[in-house]
Amino acid sequence: MDTMLFMADVLVPALLQGLVITLELIVAAAPFGFALGVVLAVGRTYGGRLTSYLCRAFVAFIKGCPLLLLLFMLYFGLPSAGISFSPFVAAMIGFICCNAAYNSEYIRGALLSVKDGQMIAAQALGMTRLQSIWLIVLPQALRRAIPGITNEFIYLIKYSSLAYMLTIIELSGAGKIVATKYFTYNETFMMVGAIYLVLVTITTVSADMIEKKVAVPGTTGR
Amino acid sequence: MHDDEYILKVENIRKSYGQTVVLDSVSFNVRKGDTKVFIGPSGTGKSTLLRCINQLTVPDSGRVWLNGEEVTHSGSRINYFRQKMGMVFQNFYLFDHLTAVRNVEIALIKVKGMPAKEARKKALLELRQVGMEDWADHYPAELSGGQAQRVSIARALAMDPDVMLFDEPTSALDPELTREVLEVIKNLARDGTTMLVVTHEMGFATSVANEILFMEGGRIAEQGSPQELLSDPRFSRTKNFIGQFREFDREM
Ligand SMILES: Nc1ncnc2c1ncn2[C@@H]1O[C@H](COP(=O)(O)OP(=O)(O)O)[C@@H](O)[C@H]1O
Ligand SMILES: [Mg+2]
Repeated sequence: MDTMLFMADVLVPALLQGLVITLELIVAAAPFGFALGVVLAVGRTYGGRLTSYLCRAFVAFIKGCPLLLLLFMLYFGLPSAGISFSPFVAAMIGFICCNAAYNSEYIRGALLSVKDGQMIAAQALGMTRLQSIWLIVLPQALRRAIPGITNEFIYLIKYSSLAYMLTIIELSGAGKIVATKYFTYNETFMMVGAIYLVLVTITTVSADMIEKKVAVPGTTGR
Repeated sequence: MHDDEYILKVENIRKSYGQTVVLDSVSFNVRKGDTKVFIGPSGTGKSTLLRCINQLTVPDSGRVWLNGEEVTHSGSRINYFRQKMGMVFQNFYLFDHLTAVRNVEIALIKVKGMPAKEARKKALLELRQVGMEDWADHYPAELSGGQAQRVSIARALAMDPDVMLFDEPTSALDPELTREVLEVIKNLARDGTTMLVVTHEMGFATSVANEILFMEGGRIAEQGSPQELLSDPRFSRTKNFIGQFREFDREM
């Protein structure tokens, strides 16, 4: 088969289909992974003893568990306990947990780096604890956590390929299927790799732009 | 004497950290328009006292009243009382991610529920009071220490407090910046703002205070008007303490 024809008729359409699934997984998981990461970080830093402990235990569990194993437990294990998810939902839950756990560590570090006095000053003005966290500490912490969260997002792009193990034909899986069928391993996998590289580059550039846009004037001398 | 004469009453405040007694039954009353200045060696509980008044630190025992209402044991109403007691810190504690005007207006909007437009107008007015209107759109990192402290004063004043609490407002500032901040505080005193000021600026203390309270070892050791403390031989400890500063000033 002619290389150009193979590309146009087989490889590109298949990879595009896979890419759409990959993007769906990422776009669906990232916002929840971010939000849950914030909740975990705030809970651990400012929560009571129990809240703090629970957040910490959750993060420790996720950090200690290989993501693939987590996905297997969600998809293959839970049905025997009477809970079944579609492959997509199982993958989403796994990705959200993983993304959130690591995000929370970056955000927690950033929360601790915001000077304590601002929290005190906010409360001295009559703000509740929650208001002080939400309006004063968190906005500053999140700015500082942007590089870490970006990193985690990049990991998410790449580990989304594990969804293939739950029968989801995302980008890597689509590549694998085409490559095996047509014996075009090198062409296909280079193409797949190039697409991931583009995704990661877009992420990096966007994150840089966001970081610059939200930077607080006078504090950029880093 | 009738109770209502006092805007703020502080009664038998005690606070210990572990074995260390930081405040040992401190009491005093404040009339509207009073300027009370707290002096004394560091570590004698002056900051802790101010924080116990607005419950940023919860005292072990003792009570605080503002306008006849109890501030201690007030539950979630403490957030109301805190609005009524503006606090200014040694290290300003401006909100680093907000411009000067946002620093001043945020609590108006989020705590008092004031409409954004009205809050902005009031915030700019308060900034003008402290000579910082032209810096409204600058961020804390772009301000000098003296400017930052003036913004933090405006931030506290914007809540229309009944009492201002100043905790060493100039201790983090160079001498020339100290002057611009003291000027602002002096004007407030002259305009009848009720305030408690912890300071090591003895010239300032003797010129604006109605009463100077000399603290030592978690107690008010001596208290009286500036004239009394400087002339009456009974107040030897305060005079010695102030004397140290005088000599120190001369050496500089
Ligand atoms: N949170 C705290 N934990 C333990 N000790 C404290 C705490 N806050 C203040 N102290 C102690 O209380 C004493 C009085 O402190 P402070 O009120 O800051 O004194 P001042 O303002 O007069 O210098 C100091 O010995 C200080 O170490
Ligand atoms: Mg102090």
